[in-house]
Amino acid sequence: MSPKTLYDKIWDAHVAHEADDGTCLLYIDRHLVHEVTSPQAFEGLRMAGRKVRAPEKTIAVPDHNVPTTLDREKGIENEESRIQVDALDKNAKEFGVHYYPVSDIRQGIVHIVGPEQGWTLPGMTVVCGDSHTATHGAFGALAHGIGTSEVEHVLATQTLIQKKSKNMKVEVTGKLNAGVTAKDITLAVIGETGTAGGTGYVIEYCGEAIRDLSMEGRMTVCNMAIEGGARAGLIAPDEKTFEYCKGRPHAPKGAEWEQALEYWKTLFTDEGAHFDKVITLKGEDIQPVVTWGTSPEDVLPITATVPHPEDFEGGKVDAVKRAIDYMGLTAGQKLTDIEIDTVFIGSCTNGRIEDLRAAAAILKGKKIKDGLRAMVVPGSGLVRAQAEEEGLADIFKEAGFEWRLAGCSMCLAMNPDQLAPGERCAATSNRNFEGRQGYKGRTHLVSPGMAAAAALTGHLTDVREVI
Amino acid sequence: MDKFTTLTGIAAPMPLVNIDTDMIIPKNFLKTIKRSGLGANLFDEMRFDREGNEIADFVLNQPQYRETQILIAGDNFGCGSSREHAPWAIADFGIKCIVSTSFADIFFNNCFKNGILPIVLPKEQVELLMKDAEKGANARMTVDLETQEITTSDGEVITFDVDSHRKHCLLNGLDDIGQTMEKAAAIDSFEATASAVRPWV
Repeated sequence: MSPKTLYDKIWDAHVAHEADDGTCLLYIDRHLVHEVTSPQAFEGLRMAGRKVRAPEKTIAVPDHNVPTTLDREKGIENEESRIQVDALDKNAKEFGVHYYPVSDIRQGIVHIVGPEQGWTLPGMTVVCGDSHTATHGAFGALAHGIGTSEVEHVLATQTLIQKKSKNMKVEVTGKLNAGVTAKDITLAVIGETGTAGGTGYVIEYCGEAIRDLSMEGRMTVCNMAIEGGARAGLIAPDEKTFEYCKGRPHAPKGAEWEQALEYWKTLFTDEGAHFDKVITLKGEDIQPVVTWGTSPEDVLPITATVPHPEDFEGGKVDAVKRAIDYMGLTAGQKLTDIEIDTVFIGSCTNGRIEDLRAAAAILKGKKIKDGLRAMVVPGSGLVRAQAEEEGLADIFKEAGFEWRLAGCSMCLAMNPDQLAPGERCAATSNRNFEGRQGYKGRTHLVSPGMAAAAALTGHLTDVREVI
Repeated sequence: MDKFTTLTGIAAPMPLVNIDTDMIIPKNFLKTIKRSGLGANLFDEMRFDREGNEIADFVLNQPQYRETQILIAGDNFGCGSSREHAPWAIADFGIKCIVSTSFADIFFNNCFKNGILPIVLPKEQVELLMKDAEKGANARMTVDLETQEITTSDGEVITFDVDSHRKHCLLNGLDDIGQTMEKAAAIDSFEATASAVRPWV
């Protein structure tokens, strides 16, 4: 048998039907659902008189629209947001899928809840009507975002019409330097490949620097595979993965756990398997990075300066001019001279316990810059509870941060947490697009430590100067 | 789903690279529970100022491009969020075909589910079509899916590739779910085998 990549193995184990032209029906093991991209899908089922084929494999949780202020139990003020959350509530009950309502402590960002509850396991296929579904690839699960028509298709058939992608290997060798995190790795990779470099591929991340990451860090890396254009990002499961999964509410138990473990240990890329594209980065070369523009590929080490449009080629020249103008910057300006007025720590990229620990370590016993608005939005109610137990919440509050309830919040600003026009934010989220965090808002993507460092000084700051 | 066979219409040039789905339809319009009506807010933040007035130099606001049916776009069109509201808004505006050197994966898939034909062409050919589109309303292109040809206003013919299954579905306006449900026996049998091998799933 010819050697296979991890992606080949998961793909082969899930093909329910293959047509002559290579179009496959890929069986879906877990379907995660949130309130923004599902109402039209459930409505489609209702109109056609269809049921959810596998409600036991379907997990719904509201996250995009929900307020994260402490008074949210009084309800959602914005009528449209409320209607969407109410629709999910109703659809989850009517179609009998697993559901974590806003009032449940397990509620949170769908990509944090899935792994936390043990829904996401190695070797699975996982989809969700959300591009950051790539997160779950950290477990060696084939996970990707889908549109609402595909959400309806999966609800009705538990399959997806797919053609196989190509294989790409991204190897990060060696050790990371102090102050360099999973976020810096994933941004550095996008800086290397560009936002379209991964189009048509599934990426497998490997190498010592990836192996050394915790599960939280691996989720951060895979989360942003989509920002590089890839269909999915994968990391082969290992002892860390198994340890993370063990004992989770929906992980297998007893003899089934042993059986699962035996299978999971076969989930790696065989020696000599073919990759269509290989990229190698040296862990030692990666520095703490920050985005300066309006695309995640607009990334540079914090020690750099804002680039000149003429340093680029083709269509990117105009895009860079537009980005510099939108961001209110000057070519040649030092990145560390950029003043900010908001700090956002949270999102499916960096809203897990390890992220909060990293930020709190920088902030301990210190105060944020006067006049700055800073908030921490934990990724789930359980992350929030754990952070309170570990004393992290007190560190944030004493430093001057708002300590919020779980949700997507200012990552995409569908709830009341938004930037005003011209406001500038150091954010641990995943997209710096125009208007992403609010109309005419300006976003600089950073790691949690870098966000905390910027909160202390009021400008983009090299985290290595404060650790 | 609407069929896509041939289309003759105005093409608008949008050479900006990395046009993301947040630009195509900003998040404040994602709060709908319907698929319809999003065309009014297509490219909202590029098209209108805060007071709702049109921004005159935005391409779709220019008199010659108000009836655009084809977009000629810069690299990596539709990147970012998976929101199908983006193709819904595009289709609702009246645009049925987009040509670029590359599309983001999820957006590309979403187009086919909504009767929109996304066409990938090499850089030189996209540039040629961009120039043709810059001529404005008197220059109309024709896209023929059956023959897989684009004819420019000057009569130049460019051929394109399209996945055979997707072509079949677009030409006939076929609903994916109905077709997949015809393969229910294959799914049943897969499920039975898989649950024996991986009972924890």
